[in-house]
Amino acid sequence: MKGLTLAGCLSAVLGVLATAAIANADTLDTVKQRGKLICGVSLATPGFAAPNDQGRMEGFDADICRAIAAAALGDSDKVEYVPTNINTRFQALQSGEIDVLSRQTTQTYSREASLGLDFAPVVFYDGQGLMVPKSLGVTSAAELKDAAICTLPGTTTAQNLSDFFGKLGSKFELVVFESPDENRAAFFSGRCDAISSDRSDLASIRAVSNKPDDYVVLPETISKEPLAPAVRQNDSNWRDVVSWSVWMLMAAEEKGITKANVDEKLKSDDQEIQRMLGVTDNLGEMLKLDDKWAYNIIKSVGNYGEVFDRALGENTRLAMTRGPNAPWNSGGLLYAPPFR
Amino acid sequence: MAFMNNARFRALFYQWMAIGVVALVAWSMFATASNNLARHDITTGFSYLSRQAGFVISEAAIAYEPTDTVARALFVGFANTVKVSLLAGLFGTILGLAVGIGRMSRNPLLQRLMLSYVEALRNIPLLLYLLFWYAVIINVLPPVRAALPLAPHVYLSNSGLVIPSISFERGLSIALGAVGLGIISALLIRHIALRRRLSTGTSNHGPLIALLATIAPIGLVLLLGGVTMAIDLPEKGRFRLTGGLQVRPEFVALWFGLALSVSANVAEIVRAGVQAVHKGQWEASMALGLPRRRAMRLVILPQALRLIIPPLTNTYLTVFKNSSLAIAIGYPDLVMVSNTVMNQTGQAMETIAIFMGAYLGLSIAISLIMNWYNKHVALKER
Repeated sequence: MKGLTLAGCLSAVLGVLATAAIANADTLDTVKQRGKLICGVSLATPGFAAPNDQGRMEGFDADICRAIAAAALGDSDKVEYVPTNINTRFQALQSGEIDVLSRQTTQTYSREASLGLDFAPVVFYDGQGLMVPKSLGVTSAAELKDAAICTLPGTTTAQNLSDFFGKLGSKFELVVFESPDENRAAFFSGRCDAISSDRSDLASIRAVSNKPDDYVVLPETISKEPLAPAVRQNDSNWRDVVSWSVWMLMAAEEKGITKANVDEKLKSDDQEIQRMLGVTDNLGEMLKLDDKWAYNIIKSVGNYGEVFDRALGENTRLAMTRGPNAPWNSGGLLYAPPFR
Repeated sequence: MAFMNNARFRALFYQWMAIGVVALVAWSMFATASNNLARHDITTGFSYLSRQAGFVISEAAIAYEPTDTVARALFVGFANTVKVSLLAGLFGTILGLAVGIGRMSRNPLLQRLMLSYVEALRNIPLLLYLLFWYAVIINVLPPVRAALPLAPHVYLSNSGLVIPSISFERGLSIALGAVGLGIISALLIRHIALRRRLSTGTSNHGPLIALLATIAPIGLVLLLGGVTMAIDLPEKGRFRLTGGLQVRPEFVALWFGLALSVSANVAEIVRAGVQAVHKGQWEASMALGLPRRRAMRLVILPQALRLIIPPLTNTYLTVFKNSSLAIAIGYPDLVMVSNTVMNQTGQAMETIAIFMGAYLGLSIAISLIMNWYNKHVALKER
């Protein structure tokens, strides 16, 4: 009798293991079946992804998730936000826990080549910077010889600092914190002379301090940090959906289509606008999307400029300027391929 | 099926079955994981260990440069873990012994005070204490530019304690040799003195002579000028104090937090151990005319030690494992360095396997040493 129970256990264990293999052939189908998009975002980072006082997720990265949900499901509210840790974000994507990672993640060669993921187009051109208290009287990062610098254990962050100060031949003290709160607290208390992160993140840290005017972000950008959403490798249709949702935001701004005037623009004479909004040519079908996918994006989240202004722009606490994140024809780097 | 009725066979059969199932499950998990990794085009293997680390570790127990390999960086993390655990274990034990004995004091004030000390430390999670001590250090102490000068060339600030450091320019091996010679001769003298005391029954000046023997060789070497030392004084730079020996607040908060937590556990273990020694031992010591303090030191504590060792092993294992909480307050221990490595290479499984292996290995080593010591002090029944 005992032997029988043992055999039972054994087959149960094997059964569980056999079904444990991850099935993720076509993410778009999975998302449609599930009826919602699962989107990996940052742990509360104001401006990128943080819940507001009504508990609604707000920010630049959150709006990218909304745009993708609007394209895939026709409803920008059908998103489940999963806050991901800086160390486990890629595993969350690899394991199928999330459908897309929209989390201030820098596109790099080794990530794309070795982590089993593909990056969608860059949504935000960022760069690593350093912030210091104004009272130090520092005007350039090169002056920070022997200073203590607080940072998070991000890959590029620690390495870029090493490279930058190594070139100048100066040493510095690096204090690494796992939690963003401890990192900020250590900087504000004067444990470190400077704090280093992506410039967008520094703006966010400055915004949450008691006296934002006491801190200044130094002019040097010591690295290129193109932030891009990521999807699992070998799922080109889903990658296309995510990529073109991002490009649609950019193209809409270029064409002057906004949340407010998108209904009028349906009657526009511009051939490309007609194709984009699904008035002619049924472009949506090619990606297994609704013909109104682009219309749904703009109607619910607006164009790139609107998303930027709402989350990071001059009237927000982060008060960021567009800089390189402006359309190519007004001096920026945003350039969407044509819709035809 | 008659052999199934054989008790010995059955016992072996089921044990092998159990081992087989565990091995099968482990193998399937490994196979599934490698299969999935391969299917998702995720790089595996340990070749990344020989790549250049490229990041700075500011507090390193062994020499390290960003140009060293990833393996070296992980080893630095491991050395930092060992350093803080050892120091916390050492100071926690000394403090805990004092607190534990105070806990049994006949003075009600001292006894209650020690009781509240133990209860306050045992009943709040260690992580909260670490965050608390760290917050105290960085918020209460002045910033480095307004550092408190405790003594000439000694500064205290929220960036830590800076003291002058001494380095040997010449004669380091002579100095080490002299110290070694001192220790060996002291041990020898102690041994002879103890034997003489046991055979004659009179006390002698053994400890004093041993102390002299310890310091005499190194003192002589220093006087004769066999060693030149350079003293590195901390200097005020634009941002930091540079030079000297820097004791960083992350290290102090972790060391302090772990040591206090160890001391509370050790105090309770000591109390339990002492109280478990039979009352008759006290009475016998009193009858021989030993004062209470000497009875404790010479009769009770040595017997309590046997009972104390096994639970003490657990405490040491805990402090070693708890040192991984360092990650919350920015001390670069093994887990912290591993996290940076993982983030940089994306090879989480391998890196986690390495640090789990390191913890397991050292924990087993601690257990073995403590078990050996336990056997050494246990009652030898002949």
